[in-house]
Amino acid sequence: MQAFKGFITKEFKQIYRDKRTLIVLFGMPIIQMLLFGFAIRNEVEEATVMVLDASRDQVTRQLINKIDASNYFTVAGEIQRYDEIEELFQQGEIDEVLVFESDFARKLHRSERPSVNVITDASNPNLAQLIQQYSSSIIVDFQQRMDQDGQPHQGGIATNVNMLFNPQLESVNLFVPGLIAVILMLISALMTSISITREKEMGNMEILLVSPLRPVQIIVGKVLPYLVLAFVNVLTILALARWVFDVPFRGSYSLFLGESLLFIFTALALGVFISTRADDQQTAMMVSLAGLLLPTVLLSGFIFPISSMPLPLQWISNIIPARWFLVIVRSIMLKDSGLLFIWKETLVLVVMTLGFIALSVKSFKERLE
Amino acid sequence: MRTIKFLLQKEFLQIFRNKGMLPIIFLMPVIQLVVLSFAATYELREVEFHIVDFDQSVSSQQLVNKFEASGYFNLQSQSQDVDDGIQLMRENEVRMMLVIPRHFERNAKSNRQAAVQLNIDAVDGATAGLVQGYGRSIIQDFGWEIQPQIKDTNLAQQAGIEIIPASWYNPNLDYIKYMVPGILVVLISMIGMFLSGMNIVREREIGTIEQLNVTPIKRYQFVTAKLLPFWIIALFELAVGLVIANIGFGIPFVGSVWLLFAIAGIYLLVVQGMGLFISTVTDTQQQAMFIAWFLMVVFILMGGLFTPIESMPGWAQDLTLINPVAHFIKIMRMVLLKGAGWADVQHLVGLLTVMAALILPAAIFRYRKSTS
Repeated sequence: MQAFKGFITKEFKQIYRDKRTLIVLFGMPIIQMLLFGFAIRNEVEEATVMVLDASRDQVTRQLINKIDASNYFTVAGEIQRYDEIEELFQQGEIDEVLVFESDFARKLHRSERPSVNVITDASNPNLAQLIQQYSSSIIVDFQQRMDQDGQPHQGGIATNVNMLFNPQLESVNLFVPGLIAVILMLISALMTSISITREKEMGNMEILLVSPLRPVQIIVGKVLPYLVLAFVNVLTILALARWVFDVPFRGSYSLFLGESLLFIFTALALGVFISTRADDQQTAMMVSLAGLLLPTVLLSGFIFPISSMPLPLQWISNIIPARWFLVIVRSIMLKDSGLLFIWKETLVLVVMTLGFIALSVKSFKERLE
Repeated sequence: MRTIKFLLQKEFLQIFRNKGMLPIIFLMPVIQLVVLSFAATYELREVEFHIVDFDQSVSSQQLVNKFEASGYFNLQSQSQDVDDGIQLMRENEVRMMLVIPRHFERNAKSNRQAAVQLNIDAVDGATAGLVQGYGRSIIQDFGWEIQPQIKDTNLAQQAGIEIIPASWYNPNLDYIKYMVPGILVVLISMIGMFLSGMNIVREREIGTIEQLNVTPIKRYQFVTAKLLPFWIIALFELAVGLVIANIGFGIPFVGSVWLLFAIAGIYLLVVQGMGLFISTVTDTQQQAMFIAWFLMVVFILMGGLFTPIESMPGWAQDLTLINPVAHFIKIMRMVLLKGAGWADVQHLVGLLTVMAALILPAAIFRYRKSTS
């Protein structure tokens, strides 16, 4: 026990004396949180629209003004010929082109159906889909307003929509809790992934192996200082989410902190596991950097909902720890869910943590090769 | 020249002898490209929903059936209490709750205003918007169907504006085509930035750099030998990735592939130069890795790969000017999907060239042969 205590003291001192690394470890999450919290949005704002108006009458002008006035679009100008569109899209500065057919207003008054072509640059399909949806709804709305001078509104079924938990549909409320999960996951795994490989590479491993410490003790001793570090990151990130981004926090703080502790423990354990398997620091870091980055961002549901993915990917997403923590964070922060509602996700994290620790102890080689 | 040749030989031997690293360099990017490209979609499928039907009529049942038949919605549970649905949303079991009030059928059939309530879990705003869109149109269709007088006039086509949507370059809004080039860029950037640059700080940490420092090898020779192997490997992976994109995903090469490779050559110098620069200003691999990782995450998440650059606030859009990943993703998509030529991308290539011309000399200059 004495040896274990000494080992832990040594680990703490080693990490906390390296001021340069400490600054990097505490500073990075803050900067990332600030940058991404503001920059990652999937609402459309001020998409640029070009107009090809063959009609140039009062109705088309009103409609163009209406589109320009909305938050979603800016009308960048007019073009004269249809074949200019190709060139505009090639340059990539224009997102959408509206083409009005000639005699638009007259046809509308004669109850014919004048057409407007909504052409989007669908080389970005996700954006194109959103833009098309927005412009159609503006046009439909415009038309309904015109109609209201005419006949009275007919009966039918009205739909009252309630947007629960996030009535303004602000993507900040979606992405900030997601960022908490992704940043913690990556940083924690990265921190421990080199802990043991470093000792191997520097040759200190032999000293540890001949010491009375058991493998479990070495692993715990390696994780503990980083647990403290990562928990400080949890607190700063939470503070930023609350006071800089004004994301509502409806649930219990103690539950949130408890779950975060569990999650960083999962991520650190994963790092240790990588660390026991890799032979040198470079391999360990490549696995935890290049191997975890994209899967964590893409398969955790951080940006793209898991329910939208093809089924095989939904299965694969189950092995991504951040996927479970993300549900926990969003539920606690936005839906005020108690432990009763998120016990399943919590259990998965507990099992994963135990699994990573068991695997690390198993792959920890006590003998030199 | 001979010196560089020997150095290159040493680097290549070192890379290919590290058996633990080979699968990470060659296999992992390919697997990620093939698997992850499918994940990036907002497409709506299988929304679980809860129904609270106070009317219990034939019409209300028909409406529920219509929801289920649409293919987007899946009835999960029903009850007579609205709170049950909210509870289920908290547990993340359902994402939508449809409430049909009493006298729904009577009102709808007697041409009075009937109403239903659509409660949507809006934590994910984009999905909630789609759920609302699909839900509304199902209800509207249903309204037309059960209104007695509309049936008589046999779908009186309303006069009005006809909206004809057209999606150029990608008529089926196929997101895979869009994601594959972007993910490919990220994968080769990681190889370029994480591996080549890190080599120097590694030699320093292990101590082998001193052996190199006492040789007559010049700085530029040393740096060239460190950069060239991974430059070649990254270009090779780009080629493999493009073949997979073309054959596996059926992505057409509309533009010139040679132009793309020429630009990739310049682009790789930028990311490699960054990695190299980082490793000259850090002491340990740990520090170097953290900084490289930090930059990479910033470049990727703010580079328009997943969320559109257009949605970012103005200052963040300005920041993309110094983001090489954003430029190359844009070039890849423009050339591959739209067939853009040299004239369309020259300003972006110019930016990349300037970056390479700044960062590489800076890195060579920072690297000292003497130990402090």
